[in-house]
Amino acid sequence: MSRTGRVRLFLCAAAVIAVAYTLACTGLPHFGSAVHPYGARAVAATLKQRTANTISSINFDQRAFDTLGEESILLGSVLGATALLRRTDDERLSRRRVARVLPSTRLFGTLLLPVALLTGIYIVAHGQLSPGGGFQGGVILATALHLAYVAADYRALDRIRPRELLDSVDAVAAGAFTCLGLAGLIASAAYLKNVLPLGTFNTLSSGGMVPVINAAVGIEVASGVIVLLAYFLDQSITTSPGEADGTDPSDASGTSGTSDTSGTSDASGTSDASDPRKAT
Amino acid sequence: MNLFGLLPYLVAGWILLIGMYGLVTSRNLIHAVGCLAVAQSATYVLLLSIGFRRGGTAPVYSDTSTHSVVVDPVVQALALTDVVVGATVTALLLSLVIQLHKRHSTIDPDRLNALRG
Repeated sequence: MSRTGRVRLFLCAAAVIAVAYTLACTGLPHFGSAVHPYGARAVAATLKQRTANTISSINFDQRAFDTLGEESILLGSVLGATALLRRTDDERLSRRRVARVLPSTRLFGTLLLPVALLTGIYIVAHGQLSPGGGFQGGVILATALHLAYVAADYRALDRIRPRELLDSVDAVAAGAFTCLGLAGLIASAAYLKNVLPLGTFNTLSSGGMVPVINAAVGIEVASGVIVLLAYFLDQSITTSPGEADGTDPSDASGTSGTSDTSGTSDASGTSDASDPRKAT
Repeated sequence: MNLFGLLPYLVAGWILLIGMYGLVTSRNLIHAVGCLAVAQSATYVLLLSIGFRRGGTAPVYSDTSTHSVVVDPVVQALALTDVVVGATVTALLLSLVIQLHKRHSTIDPDRLNALRG
């Protein structure tokens, strides 16, 4: 289909969607209205479970089974990206150069790395009390580690990142969430039921299972994001095609930007010849 | 219902349509993945505007009274789920784009018209 034809078809469909959606919106509850039946019930259940952060209580207690599904999506996508981005036989690791970094960048990166790690742990640990939790804190933990890449270079990041270990930690943490649910099945009749003592409202040990599941999710998200970023970084920094046509492997970090333009300007015949898979 | 009450919902619809327009006209798969993220962010706006309650504060009781008026926490939890799923799907799609570029040497969707083993 030609581009103009495609845009015309889209505009027709968009007009239909716009009209139907606007009509549907007139039937929605009024913006800012005071009546939220689900919200009111969720808040009441949260206070009963002595969890200060309602959203954590919903995610890790009231709707914990849904969160198990969400966490499985995360694990599945990490697995998928790992399988897609693994190094094939015709690619090889290139020499990693020592990068030059400004002294100020190095100083602030070194100072901020422990602070950012601590912030991540704080956000995970206080998920049942203040805004945050395993998902948010896990991402902070993962990005904190990558300050080493900003402050020094890829080799420094490689040294502080036990990649094979994190691969298994990711799976173990995802499994821990599943197994924590079994505790509810053993102690009572429902999977993922909150069976631990609920503690005192607004203290670190309140919420029963919420902080435990939060920790499992935090570890899984942190290791999952680190593993994901590791594979993406490998693609752009250290992996180069084995039979590259004259490109310097040490310059591999720059090719991700330029190869796009060369790929689109190439005729299809020449791109076939430079494809390493065709040659082997 | 007056127009102002409808506006947040219509903004969500607009974001969805503009993201879809970007997908349809995209000439670069990385751009298309970005457009998908834009279209998905419409759901955040829709969820949070449904849950808004006039005069409500965040549904976290660590430093407010347990009787204070709060916005709907259920949709906020849904939005959190949405963000996580959106981020993971983006990561998976970007790794697919990398593989496509390796095999076809192009990421223009209009040029990806031949099967290749």
